[in-house]
Amino acid sequence: MGQAPAIEPSKSDPDILRATGEWTLVHAARLLDLIERAPHVAKDIDGRDISRLDSTGAMLLSRYATRVGLGLATVDVKPIHQPLVESVRLICETPPRDKSKDMGFRRAIGRLGFAIEDNFREIVALIGFGGLSLQTTLRVLRKPSRIRWTSVVYHMESVGLDAVPLVMLLTFMVGAVVAFLGANVLRDFGAEIFVVDLVGIAFLREFGVLLTAIVLAGRTASAFTAQLGAMQSGEEIDAIRTLGLDPIELLVLPRLFALLVMLPMLTFLAMIAGLVGGLAVSVGSLGISPEMYLVRMHDTIAIGDFWVGISKAPIFAIVIALIGCLEGFQVQGTAESVGERTTSSVVQTISLVIVLDALAALFFMEMNW
Amino acid sequence: MSATPPDGTAPLAIRVRGLANSFGDQVVHENLDLDVRRGEIVGVVGGSGTGKSVLMRAILNLRRPQAGDIQVLGVDALSEDREARLAVERNTGVLYQNGALFSSLTVEENVAVPLKEHYPELPPDLVHDLAVLKIRLSGLPDNAAMKFPAQLSGGMRKRAGIARALALDPALLFLDEPTAGLDPIGAAAFDQLIRGLQQTLGLTVFLITHDLDTLYTICDRVAVLADRRVLINAPLEEVAKFDHPWVQEYFHGPRGRAARQATGKG
Repeated sequence: MGQAPAIEPSKSDPDILRATGEWTLVHAARLLDLIERAPHVAKDIDGRDISRLDSTGAMLLSRYATRVGLGLATVDVKPIHQPLVESVRLICETPPRDKSKDMGFRRAIGRLGFAIEDNFREIVALIGFGGLSLQTTLRVLRKPSRIRWTSVVYHMESVGLDAVPLVMLLTFMVGAVVAFLGANVLRDFGAEIFVVDLVGIAFLREFGVLLTAIVLAGRTASAFTAQLGAMQSGEEIDAIRTLGLDPIELLVLPRLFALLVMLPMLTFLAMIAGLVGGLAVSVGSLGISPEMYLVRMHDTIAIGDFWVGISKAPIFAIVIALIGCLEGFQVQGTAESVGERTTSSVVQTISLVIVLDALAALFFMEMNW
Repeated sequence: MSATPPDGTAPLAIRVRGLANSFGDQVVHENLDLDVRRGEIVGVVGGSGTGKSVLMRAILNLRRPQAGDIQVLGVDALSEDREARLAVERNTGVLYQNGALFSSLTVEENVAVPLKEHYPELPPDLVHDLAVLKIRLSGLPDNAAMKFPAQLSGGMRKRAGIARALALDPALLFLDEPTAGLDPIGAAAFDQLIRGLQQTLGLTVFLITHDLDTLYTICDRVAVLADRRVLINAPLEEVAKFDHPWVQEYFHGPRGRAARQATGKG
């Protein structure tokens, strides 16, 4: 590791301090210690016996010199160290800038303000983006040859077909759980058969579409944001614009159309899987025969319940596609920004889907549909 | 120093012997030798695909060569010994082509990362002062310290990359195309920065470049990579006279002539 740094009064004149050893980053802790124990005054510092000096050492030598009431300019060093000492002297003697960071109450208020402003902008941007997409959709529909079918089909596969196992598995499980919980309560009244009504209404009206939308919000909105975000930071989207192409038409519409087609289909499958989950529990542990389950469902569940549920699917598809793409466009170059935007897109889509679902439930209830 | 060259001029900072690198069937280096003496700036040139970056990555132990022996500052760079590796890592600074700054940290925090990692015992105010020192040494204005890499221009990002590479006061600096993507004025200023830092801090610089002006203005020696090895590693005047089609094309093509005239060498 080399010779440790030291500084002590020289033999000839005790007022002159003689620095020796290696003044380097490796010994920084020891050098700080030396500065701590420095005398208050000294006439001169002799640095000619410093065997190695790096910029850290030079800076600490400057600190030491200041501490004993001298400047780095007065310190003699070996000629080989002279340029380093000179440039460090220039740098260290420039007054330091204010390094205070405001971490207090004002900063907290400021952050709250920024957050509110951000959210407000997000809402405005989403409305604007919705309008822009609608406008582009109408333009493209007038000239259907402009629809990118390859892209649409590709996204239909990746957001729809690939999600089928996941969506069906989850809704099957939830269907079974709902049937089980319902049965536990209804058994006290000897009304286990009402489990069929419960599962049927719950899945057709609410759970089928809601669970599908939440799964896709996590799976698809995040993917859209990451894809477009990576393109944004790679300047691909700027390239699309300068080539005279429309990024909305090229990137957003295929994703939007794919989701508009696939989300209702997935919802239908989710409803079936949920009902089958209920059926499995009913048959397995409630002693309701499959025939009875189906007959009961046929008697009590109206087709209206199905329409109520499936009518929400396109709305949710629009929400997921638009937020996913919009957040992607807002990525700003860095890897961190992609992560932030992806999180934000998942959080926004899930919250908005649930809020819209609650509002729709109120509406349908009031309308008696 | 264990690695003293036979002619005894200066101890070697980097000594590569018999290096072989290949990707599948594609052989990039075969029996490659390279010497970099302490305190000099060596410019490494070569056409695309001659493995300049692969050579640098091998010396930095970012990739294991198929064969060969690499010594960095007298230490076996391929050794598995953690202590030896650490000694080499603390003594090398690298500027990657695009800066490779951590995008989630400010410039000052970027510079402080290696300091905090290798010297956790240092007090925060010293780390701060050291970071500011490096930022100023690399010629950045003070207000850049609090900025994030995305808020800096390309040239400033490279300077910030240099500041981080210098954080541990390394003896050896690796630069991967430092002037690529800079305007000529910015590139010239960057060349001078490298020269200045090399002289004040006594650095040894391993510099990959395509920039003829950089070669003419700041490099002590030039190593030419071609035909899977280092063709010649010598002062520029000698290299320019070397009889090899690529070398002749490179130094005596229109751009090479212009750069030579501009500096009045050769």
